[in-house]
Amino acid sequence: MTTIKLSFRNIKKSFKDYAIYFFTLILGVAIFYVFNSIESQTVLLDVTESTYEVIGMMTTMLSAASVFVAFILGFLIIYASRFLIKRRNKEFGIYMLLGMSKRKISMILFFETILIGIISLAVGLGLGVLLSQLMSMLVANMFEADMTKYQFIFSQDACIKTLIYFGIMYVIVMLFNAINVGKCKLIDLIQTSKKSETIKLKNPLLCTVVFILSVVALGYAYYMVTGGINETIKTPEDILKPIVIGAISTFFIFWSLSGLILKIVMSMKNLYVKGLNAFTFRQVSSKINTTVFSMTIISLMLFVTICVLSSSLSLKNSMTANLDELAPADIQLTISVKDDDWLDQGYNEKQIENSKLGVRKTLEAFDFNIDDYFKEYVEYNSYRMEDFTFADSLGDSLEYVKNNNTSMIPYNMPEEIIKLSDYNKIAKIYNNEEYTLNQDEYMIIADYDSMIAIRDIALEKGQELTIFGHKLKPKYNECKDGFIEMASNHINSGVIVVPDEIVDEQYLAFNSIIGNYYTDDLDEQREIKEQILDLVKNPLSAEYCLPTVNSRVDISEASIGLGALVTFLGLYLGIVFLIASVAILALKELTESTDNKERYKMLRKLGADEKMINKSLFRQIAIFFMFPLLIAIIHSIFGIKFCSYIISTFGNEQLLNSIIMTAVFIVVIYGGYFLITYLCSKNIIKEK
Amino acid sequence: MSTILKIDKVEKYYGSKSSLTKALDNLSFEVDKGEFVAIMGASGSGKTTLLNCISTIDKVTSGHIFVGGEDITKLKGNNLNKFRREKLGFIFQDFNLLDTLTAYENISLALSIQNKSAKDIEKRVNDIATKLGIKDVLQKYPYQMSGGQKQRVASARAIITDPQIVLADEPTGALDSKSSRILLENFDYLNEKLNTTILMVTHDSFCASYASRVIFIKDGKVFNEIIKGNSSRKDFFDKIIDVVTLLGGEENDNY
Repeated sequence: MTTIKLSFRNIKKSFKDYAIYFFTLILGVAIFYVFNSIESQTVLLDVTESTYEVIGMMTTMLSAASVFVAFILGFLIIYASRFLIKRRNKEFGIYMLLGMSKRKISMILFFETILIGIISLAVGLGLGVLLSQLMSMLVANMFEADMTKYQFIFSQDACIKTLIYFGIMYVIVMLFNAINVGKCKLIDLIQTSKKSETIKLKNPLLCTVVFILSVVALGYAYYMVTGGINETIKTPEDILKPIVIGAISTFFIFWSLSGLILKIVMSMKNLYVKGLNAFTFRQVSSKINTTVFSMTIISLMLFVTICVLSSSLSLKNSMTANLDELAPADIQLTISVKDDDWLDQGYNEKQIENSKLGVRKTLEAFDFNIDDYFKEYVEYNSYRMEDFTFADSLGDSLEYVKNNNTSMIPYNMPEEIIKLSDYNKIAKIYNNEEYTLNQDEYMIIADYDSMIAIRDIALEKGQELTIFGHKLKPKYNECKDGFIEMASNHINSGVIVVPDEIVDEQYLAFNSIIGNYYTDDLDEQREIKEQILDLVKNPLSAEYCLPTVNSRVDISEASIGLGALVTFLGLYLGIVFLIASVAILALKELTESTDNKERYKMLRKLGADEKMINKSLFRQIAIFFMFPLLIAIIHSIFGIKFCSYIISTFGNEQLLNSIIMTAVFIVVIYGGYFLITYLCSKNIIKEK
Repeated sequence: MSTILKIDKVEKYYGSKSSLTKALDNLSFEVDKGEFVAIMGASGSGKTTLLNCISTIDKVTSGHIFVGGEDITKLKGNNLNKFRREKLGFIFQDFNLLDTLTAYENISLALSIQNKSAKDIEKRVNDIATKLGIKDVLQKYPYQMSGGQKQRVASARAIITDPQIVLADEPTGALDSKSSRILLENFDYLNEKLNTTILMVTHDSFCASYASRVIFIKDGKVFNEIIKGNSSRKDFFDKIIDVVTLLGGEENDNY
């Protein structure tokens, strides 16, 4: 009983010291709950089946991410609790001097952890439930479902999961505490060694040299991921180079700046000796001096956070925006022509025979008349020769391409060939550019950047091709933008367009119809699509090959789903990373304030008033917080550029929006921690 | 000689009405300019309370304290801080130098808190450093200095603002005998050569014997007062010991 009482009073007494710890725990619990409750928020949404599938996948991904997040938060909590225990060494020393056993001290800590755990879980879950109401609006917005039937949602599953995960974390913290108490010796607990710092002033010349070198190295890393991206990054492994260079030069920038800034400020005599400036700058430089490594880590974590947040937010936006461009028609139906090889794969001879009928005739066999549903449509064929592959179309440039690209390229993939007149029909319904070709000319249509780059090598050299026995030369020395199949991304790796006359019909590979419905209503469109898909239930389907359906509705749902998935994952991991890094920063700052209590006492005796001291403290914390953030922001400018290059779909407008969103997150979380740290520090150094 | 510090019927009560403790009980005395006064007394005699009241860290219940003719019990808010940084100097037992700052910066801090110009600060720091013979350690950090040097830097910081009076609370309390001697000789030097007025609170007779006058306090009142005059420090020390024996306190304090 007395042990519990003691624990309770300990927490009450040191509540202010625990503020950061509590804040972190509560935020951690709340975020954990919010992201695990997304599934139950989507239950109420009016969405289609395929969206449900995406949501299911998203929930699985978020659960997997939760395990990772639990590890990060677990480490953070252990780190924070160890920091708090360390601050109380003297208290434990007194307990032990009074004859309390280590077991009993462990018990006190045990009850304290339980109490803290219960309080933080209760408050955190409460906050989480509130936040998840906001989240459900975001979820509805993501899946473009309407939120007319708002309802208060409480997810029991998420709640139980949060309790279990955090319960495990707290148990581990208890074990760590018990081990720590068991290990410590009374003499160490009692001796609060007064730290006397030895100032190792770095050689300013060396600092300058190191600083310049790291700025140059960093500049090169920036160049690698932006301007010089095509020359420097050729394989996926190359991406490690700028990252390693960036990380190392970040470390050395912190290392050299901690020495340099002081030197620079010192040379500005009037500024340096004004008020407590000398003291403030000395404090900051010694702090950065002793924490160069953790500053680097924190800065890099912030960098990752900013990139993940802003990239994932803009990915979703750009995916939706690209839909009109990538899926300009309502539906695309395709039947691939099958030969006898397909017998092994479950097709019967009748089906193989009928696969040559084409989409239109096949559907008519099922009494589905295309004209009844489509206000306009185009029909086209495309061809394939097993012995005319991607490697063949590269021709003389194949060796060069092979030597310069180590990544996977499907050299043996047969090329898809289409008649010029068919392509122009497609281009017309897609609102793409139409072309003309001479009898001895071909051209390539593509929109997948990395394949375009490879194909352009051959086209630039005027690579002649022999197709269907005809010698053709390229009309253009580069690929032209376009596609024949609708997709959620720019993934057309290349279609060869040839004059109509040379095409040999025996190589027919696909027959397709691209059409627009009469109706604009999405539900009716879905219905027609379902009708076509349901033909498989018709007994006649044993004799025919049914077309594959590629509809705008599907593509939009897939891209919305993918966008939402990336956004939620990005938000989840980004926020947790942000919390982890800023919490470490805050705890470090609080330790400093505790260690420096004596110094402030002395300043007061010298006649510095509270205002001056608080100003100095505020500046110290502000610089300590801003320094890694500033470097992270500079990194991010280039990092985001690189991300947008890789994903190569962002518009600038979208990027700006998501950067503003990211900034809001950072200001709220980072700013919140900054404020709490300042207030706690002020409280620590206050004369009691 | 002019009066620097005047304690006028000061009373300080602690606790509630039911259990009242009189820490200072109608206490009065004066300190003249250039004096080195030691306040002695057993634990709980009220000497630290007195020092806290003079340094405006604590407030008196009644009575007045005049420093340089100004009644400091009437001061409030920022004027208190202003008074503290312009009129008072402090010397601490463990030097209390900021170990992140050089000797120069430690000394100049007292002035820069008063927002003096960089030029003025430089001149005054160099002046005082020459007087105390620490010119060549100005660019060193505390951990690079000897104990004596640190003590002189701390003294320089205490007197650079030209305070009316320098206060020292148990300056030798935690020092070994060698360091104590260095500190006290330094006080002697400040007092004799630089004409600094010093008020020191101590319970150590040896320490007090460096002063020119010793005031004994018991139960918040002045119990006795002895003046060194022309006697040697040894004789003065013996006199102090006699009074301490009379007070009957030191056995409890000196373990």
